[in-house]
Amino acid sequence: MTRLLEMRKIEIEGYSSEEEKWMPIIKGLDLTLDKGEVLGLIGESGAGKSTFGLASMCYTRGGCRISSGSILFDGMELFGAPEEELRKIRGVRISYVAQSAAASFNPAHKLIKQYAEAPIQHGLMNFNKAEEKAVDIYRRLLLPDPEGIGYRYPHQVSGGQLQRAMVAMAMACTPDLIIFDEPTTALDVTTQIEVLAAIKKITREFNTAAIYITHDLAVVAQLADRIMVLRYGNLVEENNARELMANPKEEYTRALLSVRTLREDRDLSDTEHDIVLEVENVSASYTGKASEKVLEDIDLKVRRARTVALVGESGSGKSTLARVITGLLPQLEGKVIYGGKELPPALKSRKPETLRIMQMIYQMPDTALNPRQRVRDVIGRPLTFYFHMRGKEKDDRIRELLEMIELTPTKYKDRYPGELSGGEKQRVCIARALAAKPEMIICDEVTSALDQLVAEGILKLLQDLQNELRVSYLFITHDLATVKAIADEIVVMLKGRIVEQGVKKDVLTPPHHAYTDLLLSSVPEMDPDWLDGVLEERKRKGLKSADFVQS
Amino acid sequence: MAFFKLLRQSPLSARIGIAMVLINVIAAVFTPLIAPYGETEIVGDVWMPSSSENYLGTDHLGRDLFTRLVYGARNTIVIAFVTTMLSFFIGSLLGFFAATLGGWTELSLSRVIDILMAFPTLIFALIALSVVGTSVTALIVVIAVLDSTRVYRLSRAVAMDIAVMEFVEAARLRGERIWWIMRKEILPNAMPPLVAEFGLRFCFVFLFIAALSFLGLGIQPPTADWGGMVRENAGAITFGILTPLWPAGAIAFLTVGVNLIVDWFLQLASGLKD
Repeated sequence: MTRLLEMRKIEIEGYSSEEEKWMPIIKGLDLTLDKGEVLGLIGESGAGKSTFGLASMCYTRGGCRISSGSILFDGMELFGAPEEELRKIRGVRISYVAQSAAASFNPAHKLIKQYAEAPIQHGLMNFNKAEEKAVDIYRRLLLPDPEGIGYRYPHQVSGGQLQRAMVAMAMACTPDLIIFDEPTTALDVTTQIEVLAAIKKITREFNTAAIYITHDLAVVAQLADRIMVLRYGNLVEENNARELMANPKEEYTRALLSVRTLREDRDLSDTEHDIVLEVENVSASYTGKASEKVLEDIDLKVRRARTVALVGESGSGKSTLARVITGLLPQLEGKVIYGGKELPPALKSRKPETLRIMQMIYQMPDTALNPRQRVRDVIGRPLTFYFHMRGKEKDDRIRELLEMIELTPTKYKDRYPGELSGGEKQRVCIARALAAKPEMIICDEVTSALDQLVAEGILKLLQDLQNELRVSYLFITHDLATVKAIADEIVVMLKGRIVEQGVKKDVLTPPHHAYTDLLLSSVPEMDPDWLDGVLEERKRKGLKSADFVQS
Repeated sequence: MAFFKLLRQSPLSARIGIAMVLINVIAAVFTPLIAPYGETEIVGDVWMPSSSENYLGTDHLGRDLFTRLVYGARNTIVIAFVTTMLSFFIGSLLGFFAATLGGWTELSLSRVIDILMAFPTLIFALIALSVVGTSVTALIVVIAVLDSTRVYRLSRAVAMDIAVMEFVEAARLRGERIWWIMRKEILPNAMPPLVAEFGLRFCFVFLFIAALSFLGLGIQPPTADWGGMVRENAGAITFGILTPLWPAGAIAFLTVGVNLIVDWFLQLASGLKD
């Protein structure tokens, strides 16, 4: 094997306008990559993995700079090389695939035009030649209708297809190295598996080296030959992929690897008849027309002190169902029954008492908290609003709530959301919900914007609170690992309908409904052979996931 | 404290702007102490050149021009400030209402505003002022109402971005009233762009008053104001006398000063977003 890339003692700094000085982001990391090798960069947000990955083409985002080190790409020193030289390499010999394909494509141009831009710009081929090659690459990436798909606009193809079109674009000049920056993070599991398969296939066929950046160890295990685990800009552990998975040396790697079950199957018989919320034959539509329903015939029961997981991919209607239950979107047909009484469909006609017992926690804690309100105001408002608490009584309750969510009251109560980490913000959201003393909390993807270890902390907190306060959760998520970890019951949704529901054990043990089966089998496992195994299995059965969802 | 930190980091252009505005504010606040003569006091001959008694000479009636300029600062700035405040109060209140309630409220409000905006502002103001008369109150109300249409547009757009945020939804789900949502959830987050716009609109209002005064419909003589002073002394220019350039220069001076500060604010406000 010949060495393709050698980065030595890379130090990268970012300018902090608050501290008014340059702060280290990457603290002297080394990286080597052979031709055709795939390297996985793993770490949580803020670990510096994207910054480090981008540095391999001697590029930094605005406000960052490479302060020292050496980047030797195929015998050529990139660090300190003139911009003109770097421009000749970027896009031609090293290319980049970003996380959000939708944000990276220009919506005003057809895919193939954007594909051809780099090769034409760099004078490698004319449009006809590029077009020919595009069709070949589209075909290799298993895109449907490879001759025609290039002539569509970005909004005319699905998310997974767009991501593959972006991989094709990165492949346009047949580079030696591609940097993948979380290319599947924004995708559903059933789509993710297709993109992963496509990436794996094409990097092998062209013998392209790759740096694959992700926070998901199970994903990178499918592709990488070697894995580097980063944390706070330092290297935690580096090893051959299989070796690292089988035999992690560091505590942190082990924490990332471990698959946890927070809730064992438990005896649920005592709450069988204690129904908190019941949804009966509910249909809903955003336009108000019966022909454009986004929810159809939803029947659902939430029992006291249980966690019901509502699973489905994006567009399956799970968040819409939450909007119907809370009254933000009045249903077309059916009933929402709470504690034996039917609730008025519209939010406006519900009484404060009804609103109080049903609280909501959101996916993005950043947008769920008013950036101009202090923590004590955020938590204090429901106390004043529902219980008319004032003065010391209110202060005491705020302290109590902060202790419940495991944040030190004296330290946190006067902070603004901007002064909290993502996990802390989500905890404050939980406290705001708890302040109303609810009987049921709707959790809408509450952990999907958080790092793995932080998310586990939040899930554990929710569990403890449930045991203590006997509150019910309607837990909306696309992440089956979370479902397995915490649910008592599972409801599987597909295109506005419930396809399967029941107690966790029943839903998770075969035989499944075909869609549940697809969903379950698409969740990456911590096994380097998982992807090949699943693809093999699906080929044998003649099943393609995209077909299923589209049919 | 945060304010001083901000000031310390401000660019040179903003500091110059602050200094320029401060000069005007000082003139407006300490007018009687600064002005050597009374506002309407006739001190000498018509259009006298500058001298040690009359720093900038005298105007077309023989009043001290420097005194008139200082009094003009007080009249023009105070009226412009009150007008801008009023227009922001009306405009942002309606804008927030429209954005928060949506539906028919927004539709009808927006169309009415569109109709108001369809008329050229100056002509509309001329008609309105000739109907209701040219008292200071009428001037303030007419300009504020006309100007509030622009404020409405901006505050509605800003508030619509905020109204779809989840913390507003959380407040709705809590059962909060519209007034509370507007005041506590939306207003604090809409402040940065509104403050920047305030400076800009203040300039426009101020220029608008000057223009109206120049046309004879603004602040009425003998009250000193810069626009009126330009008009009264405009004839002097044909004799090569520079008197009308002083109030014109004062208008430019304040406008440039406010704009330098606004530029800095806009930069800060856009910086907050990323």
